[in-house]
Amino acid sequence: MQPVLTDLIPALPEIFLAVAALLLLMLGVFSGKNGTRLVSGLALVALVVTAVLLFRQEGYDVAFSGLFITDSFAVFSKLLILLGTGLSLIIAQNFIAREDMDRFEYPVLMVLATVGMMMMVSANDLLSLYVGLELQSLSLYVIAAFRRDSAKSTEAGLKYFVLGALSSGMLLYGISMIYGFAGTTNFITIAQVLQAGPASLGVIVGLVFVAAGLAFKISAVPFHMWTPDVYEGAPTPVSAFFAVAPKVAAICLFIRVLEGPFGSLLPQWRQVIEFCAVASMLVGSLAAIRQTNIKRLMAYSSIANIGYALVGVAAGTADGVQAVLIYMAIYLVMTVGTFAIIIGMRQKGKAVEEIADLAGLSKTSPMLALALAVFMFSMAGVPPAAGFFGKLLVFMAAWKAGLYPLSIIMALTSGISLYYYLKVCKVSWFDDVKEPLDRPAAGLSWVVTATALVVFPVALVIGTPVLNGAAAAAASLFH
Amino acid sequence: METMMDIGLGHYLSVAAILFILGVFGIFLNRRNVIIILMSIELILLAVNINLVAFSVFLHDLVGQVFALFILTVAAAEAAIGLAILVIYFRNRGSIAVEDINLMKG
Repeated sequence: MQPVLTDLIPALPEIFLAVAALLLLMLGVFSGKNGTRLVSGLALVALVVTAVLLFRQEGYDVAFSGLFITDSFAVFSKLLILLGTGLSLIIAQNFIAREDMDRFEYPVLMVLATVGMMMMVSANDLLSLYVGLELQSLSLYVIAAFRRDSAKSTEAGLKYFVLGALSSGMLLYGISMIYGFAGTTNFITIAQVLQAGPASLGVIVGLVFVAAGLAFKISAVPFHMWTPDVYEGAPTPVSAFFAVAPKVAAICLFIRVLEGPFGSLLPQWRQVIEFCAVASMLVGSLAAIRQTNIKRLMAYSSIANIGYALVGVAAGTADGVQAVLIYMAIYLVMTVGTFAIIIGMRQKGKAVEEIADLAGLSKTSPMLALALAVFMFSMAGVPPAAGFFGKLLVFMAAWKAGLYPLSIIMALTSGISLYYYLKVCKVSWFDDVKEPLDRPAAGLSWVVTATALVVFPVALVIGTPVLNGAAAAAASLFH
Repeated sequence: METMMDIGLGHYLSVAAILFILGVFGIFLNRRNVIIILMSIELILLAVNINLVAFSVFLHDLVGQVFALFILTVAAAEAAIGLAILVIYFRNRGSIAVEDINLMKG
């Protein structure tokens, strides 16, 4: 029995969270109609306990006969994922109660999706990659359609399901090609096979399919078409969740697959990533300009942000990976903050989501307008907000790796994005009030305040430990 | 007995590739019914299974067949969720025609 038990220890956080999700499901069934608050609260506790269990893990360990790996990179990305899920669970509370989504399955599905994401970033085999990815995706399809009486929400769920299933199919086809031509599905063995000799065409075709499947999940152009519709149609807290945790998980998985088993194919995959990065940055920043719905604006903003992160991935160095991890951490905080403001947008109790509805926010609630300005300046990359440093790190990593055209396009599209971020600021500060927004719920105000403080002064103070953590995480991929 | 009729790895891969392409086209060219899209998704997954099992036999390695079993299981869950979403969509809109899925432009 001993080998089995020691095998379980590296996966302890995941096992704990999975068991917690099942217990929460039972609790929700037996506690009747008013169980949602209780289940959500306990789900938050479970996420915190998982984070504590993660903190106790240090160093490199492999479990389940090489299917599961834990290293600093996995720990760092899992902490980001847990932070994203926890914050999106907090900001959802008020909304799900008021919009008649008050069912206990919501927190349970979020926890299950989180288990899937944690499995993904710890995958050391194409099989565990696939199973983790599907656990995440299947939960997300259901959450997207969670408002089952709303035509928009169900349409968002349907679109997300069809395109997500297609992307899983492409990923699987690529996996089958890699398995056939490399003879194995284990990441370490694939890396050895590819280092031993030139890669066969089959492996490269497989890699392209896998990259396309993963690009769907991070919504990189040209596989982004689902993003604006799903963000607009899904309930706002769900869009907030989609914009943070699955994005972080998928980009970390992307990094693990490309830098790990396929590290020696860097010249081949770099062209694909460069193309996706340039296209995402251009489409994300140009298409966002004419949006009037703030959730669609955030969707295009997230596409552009993924483009910037891919610039760091294309660098293919430890510096690049460190920059991407820092970038995603900052992106997570400012996106959650912005979505907390969007969730709080109500006029006479009715949820609204047009940019024009923000008019005159500075007169009705100046602190909220100030926080919104902090997030917008940070997303646009204006110093001294945290977003600037994220972009700077990615830019420097790409420049050092010799990707000059890519770095220049990144700086230019950042400039374009300044226009639409500042437009949101202009509406909220200088336009006249047409219909004042209601005061947001207390939980939302807390999250907005906390994230805004992190984005502006606190990140500059506590930045060093996070930087060191990301550096250690990146180094663990390139040992 | 080495004749033209021997079925090798290449034949299996060709069948799988054709099925995969049919599935992808079924999703994009189909304008009528979402059920056909669900069938196309199954077609894609089965094409992958043929690939994996053929490689598994060719490589004398069991991992491919285990992988195929995992895919079958996940495909069942995926189909269940897809049909459930389709049912609530039909309740709201009264139609599952592909050209009616247009509340949001994108």
